[in-house]
Amino acid sequence: MTTPAAHRPLIGARRMHLGDTTFRISLFAAGALVIIVLFSILAIMFAGGKLAFDTFGLGFITGTEWNPVTQIYGALPAITGTLMTAILALLIAWPIGFGIAFFLTETCPVKLRGPLGVAVELLAAIPSIVYGMWGFFVLAPFMAEYVQPWLTSTFIWIPPIPDTFYWFTAPPIGVGLITASLILAIMILPFIAATTRDVLLSTPQLLKDGAYAMGATRWEALTGVVIPAVRGSLFGAVFLGLGRALGETMAVVFVIGNAIRMPDSLMAPSATIASVVANSFPEAEPGTLDLAVLLALGFILFVVSFGVLAIARLLLRQERMS
Amino acid sequence: MSLMTKEASETVEAGAPAPRSIRGTPTSAPVVKPTAAVTAATRIKIQDINAFYGEKQALFGVNLEIPDNAVTAFIGASGCGKSTLLRCLNRMNDTIPGARVEGRILMDGIDVNGTEIDPVQVRTRIGMVFQKPNPFPISIYENIAYGPRTHKLTSSKAELDEIVERSLRRAALWDEVKDRLGKPGLGLSGGQQQRLVIARALAVSPAVILMDEPCSALDPIATAHIEALLDELRKHTCIVMVTHSMAQAARVSQVTAFFHMGKLIESGPTDQIFTMPKVEQTHDYITGRFG
Repeated sequence: MTTPAAHRPLIGARRMHLGDTTFRISLFAAGALVIIVLFSILAIMFAGGKLAFDTFGLGFITGTEWNPVTQIYGALPAITGTLMTAILALLIAWPIGFGIAFFLTETCPVKLRGPLGVAVELLAAIPSIVYGMWGFFVLAPFMAEYVQPWLTSTFIWIPPIPDTFYWFTAPPIGVGLITASLILAIMILPFIAATTRDVLLSTPQLLKDGAYAMGATRWEALTGVVIPAVRGSLFGAVFLGLGRALGETMAVVFVIGNAIRMPDSLMAPSATIASVVANSFPEAEPGTLDLAVLLALGFILFVVSFGVLAIARLLLRQERMS
Repeated sequence: MSLMTKEASETVEAGAPAPRSIRGTPTSAPVVKPTAAVTAATRIKIQDINAFYGEKQALFGVNLEIPDNAVTAFIGASGCGKSTLLRCLNRMNDTIPGARVEGRILMDGIDVNGTEIDPVQVRTRIGMVFQKPNPFPISIYENIAYGPRTHKLTSSKAELDEIVERSLRRAALWDEVKDRLGKPGLGLSGGQQQRLVIARALAVSPAVILMDEPCSALDPIATAHIEALLDELRKHTCIVMVTHSMAQAARVSQVTAFFHMGKLIESGPTDQIFTMPKVEQTHDYITGRFG
């Protein structure tokens, strides 16, 4: 016997909605999983690398010597290589990526827009090992033959820091910091371009129309109205690229030269945290200092990447407040 | 011929045969009452305008004269082409890929729609206000200063301050924002934002202001503010407004033009259009028996 809907009491025991409950619990589980995975990785990296921190203390981060034979490990060369390649890559990719995005959204003929957008996204689909091989067999010889001699002769006037850093004055051996930065720049370019394009496309047409109606040219509308409106998101796009550049491994291993010492020029063979780990991991025995050092490096990379993201967030928040 | 500078266009104005009132001199500006509207000087002559979005034709041979110192209302059902025509007047259709406009739009004797005319220059003489308020994401002050700065109307800070204050006063917003000019324009209420963008348009002293349903996103009080403002602004400018509200057209406009399916059906003094329209279609529309 069923009660007609109109006569069902509104007040009474709330029915359990089984579907709803299950749904809510599984959503919570999905959210919790992220936190659990994040912290367990962080904890395991730290625990594994604890031996390195115990042995060298803070000297592990500031030490410039890396010698597996004497078991002296200082991570500063790898940290320096990581930051330098990532920042150089960003400096190269940022203007080009913005240029591509502005072209795609503003001046590109409509018919070309689709194909070009897809091409940019395909750039992101190339596996990094392929970039690495291409970098080693094509880009590095090209750099050694043409680009590096040109850089050396063009920028010879930049005063060197004696015994420390000679900028572009170095033997043109192809592999090294600048080649790795170039490869990284190509790899993060699609991310910066695609994210920037999406940000620009999300700008309300009404806002752009407002600028055009004030007699602004495309350039004036872009710089005076559109960019101020989306500045925060544009920084987001850039930091996304930086985050990727910091951790990129395979392509870098091929072209950076894998020399774990403080780079004395922008063309010097160097190493990044990721490349050191990738190169040394197969030989590190469990329980040894060698392995602990690598895990500690991983921990540092984690912290650096996290720091970059945190700074990005901070910038965005300030942006929103002002 | 181009609208390169204000001086250049003034020269052409002087040579134009049509009689016209001199903007900005209150003594010569006629006191426009609804019935007097038709006698006011013509500011814009729209001649044989056909507009296309790709293959689709949106306007069919529209001819219309728009008087100075008056509010002209474009009415009609959605998709009738009234907004399209409005956007022809300041070449905003140029920003839409695939849009094409044929015909002549004469302002001060110059064909605004001419291929040799720089749309950017047209828009400095013909301002526009949109359906939803669209303040730029910068301060109130900078919003108003945007036009004068972009077109380098002044280089002195004092003069810019003066333009900002005068524009805000004319838009009846000064008293509400004078203590927070440095605050973001987006922090204002909807009605204030709409007056802000009107002030922004006024800052470059346009001869014509186009309004595309300026009150459709506002509450009745904010709407009343804007309508009162329109009555004040028309003393010195030519205002063309698209509106969905027949009551609003009747309240604020002196001339009304009714559009249907891309054609101008009827135009004339507002009180005549609303009391004794000549065309049956107009009558049906304004009395709500549209179909």
